[in-house]
Amino acid sequence: TKNGISNGGLYKRPFNEHFEQAPMYVAVFTYLGFGVGTLFGYLRDFMRAWGLEKCHLATEREEQKDFVPLYQDFENFYTRNLYMRIRDNWNRPICSVPGPQFDLMERVTDDFNWTFRFTGRCIKDVINMGSYNYLGFAETDANALKTVADVLQRYGTGVCSTRQEMGNIDKHVELENLVARFLDVEAAMVFGMGFATNSMNIPALVGKGCLILSDELNHTSLVLGARLSGATIRVFKHNNMQSLEKLLRDAIAHGQPRSHRAWKKILILVEGIYSMEGSIVRLPEIVTLKKKYKAYLYLDEAHSIGAVGPTGRGVVEYFGMDPDDVDVLMGTFTKSFGAAGGYIAGKKELVDFLRTHSHSATYATSMCPPVAEQIIRAMKCVMGLDGTTQGLQRVCQLSENTRYFRQRLHEMGFIVYGNDDSPVVPLLLYMPGKIGAFARRMLDKNIGVVVVGFPATPIGESRARFCVSAAHTREMLDTVSGADVLMKLTSDGKGAGRSYKSVALNLSNSFCICFS
Amino acid sequence: MDIKHAKDYLYWLYFQYLLITCCYVLEPWEQSMFHTIFITVFAMVVYTGYVFVPIHIHLAFEFFSQIFGGQHESTVAIMN
Repeated sequence: TKNGISNGGLYKRPFNEHFEQAPMYVAVFTYLGFGVGTLFGYLRDFMRAWGLEKCHLATEREEQKDFVPLYQDFENFYTRNLYMRIRDNWNRPICSVPGPQFDLMERVTDDFNWTFRFTGRCIKDVINMGSYNYLGFAETDANALKTVADVLQRYGTGVCSTRQEMGNIDKHVELENLVARFLDVEAAMVFGMGFATNSMNIPALVGKGCLILSDELNHTSLVLGARLSGATIRVFKHNNMQSLEKLLRDAIAHGQPRSHRAWKKILILVEGIYSMEGSIVRLPEIVTLKKKYKAYLYLDEAHSIGAVGPTGRGVVEYFGMDPDDVDVLMGTFTKSFGAAGGYIAGKKELVDFLRTHSHSATYATSMCPPVAEQIIRAMKCVMGLDGTTQGLQRVCQLSENTRYFRQRLHEMGFIVYGNDDSPVVPLLLYMPGKIGAFARRMLDKNIGVVVVGFPATPIGESRARFCVSAAHTREMLDTVSGADVLMKLTSDGKGAGRSYKSVALNLSNSFCICFS
Repeated sequence: MDIKHAKDYLYWLYFQYLLITCCYVLEPWEQSMFHTIFITVFAMVVYTGYVFVPIHIHLAFEFFSQIFGGQHESTVAIMN
């Protein structure tokens, strides 16, 4: 459904989201395809169990057959019988920087993806539509990386200690001040790993007797952190404010499950951009709800920092809101800044508390200095502190590329999920046969894409996820959206009634390619 | 050129069939097995349709026209 200006004056700009449903025959064919795969899976398992076929999987020795089973056979059914058949589309080794184009090592398989061997050849200049390189900072330009090289010479690569012991380097302090300035908050703290930032800090903030309200499509790091904390977790429907309000009202009215005491803390966990759907969180409504019911808000801006907002400051700036309204701002440097690590920002009391109580600060190695310097130079570039307008240009280029690419895909009639302004573009494929076919055919055309199926997505909604980057040129985007593969494979969505004549005309040289 | 277009279109149809029924991911011998079974079932459906459908349509047409159109010639012979 398209939303215009909803909720009166809460939204200062139109909030357009699309989650179009496919026609019924698509769902029927999807389940049919999975049914055929399951039947053949049973057949192969039968053949493997009765020795008619060589079993490539790990099995116990003959002497151990009477013991408790070591390997669970049925749970890996899907992995063995469907994932293995199309496994060559994942874990592809790259041998260059993952910029707008990259080099891939060529891999072939002789026994249907059970083993691979490298031919030694390198496929050059594959257009990269899978890397989270939103602002294009994954680059090897020597001039741009000059400060990073200097820091590498001065500090080396290893830190060899935790933040609380000997691992607190002046680069960390400089970076934290810069992050606080970038986000317009009081203080920030950086950690060496983005996943660990979530999973190790949520347990420090909430504990037993607290309530966590988390979105149903939250990332694994948030789910893990919530579970490790020991708090009660309740899940609300994705981006659905009525569901969240209902949960909040129930929580406040009924309190804790058996004793009916008030909850110690209520924490709402949301993400800025959800990487599988491409949807942007409804921040103004959540902030209104949190103020009304006196809950705390934890915003994970892993994909949205640097990627949305007029100057790249994330969803808070995108909606024109005050960063003081969000209690805990979390983000990662992996996606838009071309580095690694995460940060948590907010009030000074919060950050000082985390410096002493965070598990990551006490036990995990801190960020290494060259990576910190890369983030410093990228952030200075985005803020304009290095004296050029290159940062702002990158942010504008990204939003332009996003709009153009999404518009092109919509014109062609594909079902694309998500908000119009999010650089994550999931294109729905639905049928299991198309997952492997799409990725392979795109690679033949020298375009590298990421396809996702069950269990990362619901079973009937497998997709190909494009990540638009500021470093992509218009020609690259035209190549990708105009690839014959798209027309041939995904004849779903609004264009289902397209005449086959226009499609057949595009197959001029593909007939030979298909048979080679 | 027309032959080429026709061949391309037929190949495209075959490819769509492979994708929709998830045959694309199967190994060649599994594909042959699936094609055999599918064509057998399809042939049986077509044969059944050919044998039964016209007769049923004819009978249904007679039944409905009897309700709306009144009697027609009786099939009972008059005994002399």
